[in-house]
Amino acid sequence: MAIKFDKVSDGQYQLDVCGYVCPHPQMYTKKALQKLAAGDELTLLFDNPSSGESILSMCESEGNEVFEREDGEGSFAWKIRKG
Amino acid sequence: MLAHQGSYKAMAIAAAVSVLSIVLLMMDMRWVYLLVYVWFGVIYGLLLQYGRFCMASAIRDLFAIKVPRMAVGVMIATALFSLTAGLVTVSGYSTFHPHPLGWHIIAGGLIFGFGMIFTGGCASGSLYKSGEGNVASMLVLLSISFSQALFVDLGSWSNSLAPSSWVASAAEKGMPESLSVNDGWFDTFTAGYIWDLSGGTIAQSLDSGNSWLDVFVGNALLGAILPTVVLLILLYITTYRKGYIRRNKIESPTFNDHMHGCWAMMTTSKNTALAGLGLGVFAGLQMWATGALREHYNIFNFGELLQKMGYTQGLSIQETVFDPGYWYITTQEAQLGGWVLDKAGIDVMDNIFFGLMNGIPNPLINAPLLMSVGIIAGAAILALTRHEFKWKVPNMETAIFALVGGALMGIGARLGMGCNVGAFFAAVTNGDMTGWIFLAGMLGGGLLGVKVFTMWIDWRTSADDDFDI
Repeated sequence: MAIKFDKVSDGQYQLDVCGYVCPHPQMYTKKALQKLAAGDELTLLFDNPSSGESILSMCESEGNEVFEREDGEGSFAWKIRKG
Repeated sequence: MLAHQGSYKAMAIAAAVSVLSIVLLMMDMRWVYLLVYVWFGVIYGLLLQYGRFCMASAIRDLFAIKVPRMAVGVMIATALFSLTAGLVTVSGYSTFHPHPLGWHIIAGGLIFGFGMIFTGGCASGSLYKSGEGNVASMLVLLSISFSQALFVDLGSWSNSLAPSSWVASAAEKGMPESLSVNDGWFDTFTAGYIWDLSGGTIAQSLDSGNSWLDVFVGNALLGAILPTVVLLILLYITTYRKGYIRRNKIESPTFNDHMHGCWAMMTTSKNTALAGLGLGVFAGLQMWATGALREHYNIFNFGELLQKMGYTQGLSIQETVFDPGYWYITTQEAQLGGWVLDKAGIDVMDNIFFGLMNGIPNPLINAPLLMSVGIIAGAAILALTRHEFKWKVPNMETAIFALVGGALMGIGARLGMGCNVGAFFAAVTNGDMTGWIFLAGMLGGGLLGVKVFTMWIDWRTSADDDFDI
């Protein structure tokens, strides 16, 4: 159950922090977004509901856009575009 | 299909709590005293899960990712609870007792704040996350329970750590021999240090003869609302203003722009703000309900009622049990740890914390502990309904953080005489300024914890080739 951060294709990345609880998901998301260029997209997979609220606020304050959300049965797949 | 299953399970939990409540009331109407704890626990659980309300998140997200969302929610709850608590106080039903002022408050806050960064949740946050199926949070609860029980029952080896002035003062208190007040550091700390301190609320200091004025101007306005307004402005300036002005393309911000910015910050997460409002109202209502029941049954403590109902096991030598009458988390978890240790043959009733003050009642009739169970149930009901419940078994890293962080939270809570709820939230909202000191300690510990945790993450990501894209 390690954290996985992969480059899927040009400008497309995926971070999987499933199995981790606060504060891991939000801190790894911040770290991953720092590695991306403006316009790149990150698919974030996590299963800690409370991290989502913090990640939304973090993206809003840093000018990144959560443009797609798939939520279901305790698992979340969000797409974030770096601003 | 799964969605329906979640809703059915949520309904089953709600039905189970309802049926058990009815059965208890049919057995003896006096169980209503215990059920007030249970049902307020369920309401807190619903609100905590709805707003993702967690004090650890408030401090950690602020320092680690510069997100003020949760800190704002806590401030909203604090301001509102000070008003509802004020109403309860002037109506004569307040169950609140101020804490003694001393260095232990800030030391406890520091240790508690440091520990909670690693557990992923504060004391109440760990309860609601347990209700979401988070096994790491359950480990935190276990660790908080047993670390407290063991800490207050430290053995003779710790006697030499207590200063001689405490030993002399404790010996003068004339406590029963069964409590052996100078055998064990925590007992000497309590009898020789804590009991020599004093504390009080702002209203008690003002004592103008007008209780409305003392309570609402002293406790609520000066003690809680003004400090929260100052903190909200600080949060806006340090974490939100820059991004707000950039996002809204404001070139020369006016006072009005900043007021709109403050409002935007407070409503960034409507769930959190609404949960804060709800917690403020219901925390006050719980104090009122318990105070009214105490008057109705002519008791000061649930232990008296338990005794009248024929339950005498686990009461303290004063025939009392822990019965705060308001939202509280850690002491009842210590009682759970103490009860288990007692069943394992370890005598924990020879210390002041359990033997004299709180007792170790059977968990099935421990009202505040059942409030904690109610929080887990309430959170599970909402998590299942929102399709957010998922059993999450921790990996080794998370489990170690949960156990070590939880132990630090337990020790910090006992030193500081409460957690983020009992030592901070319930204190500052009732005009007891020791709560702000506990918060200062938590902030210091939290800042240090975030620095250590960030170093850990940096080390993990630098050692992990997968993260090096």
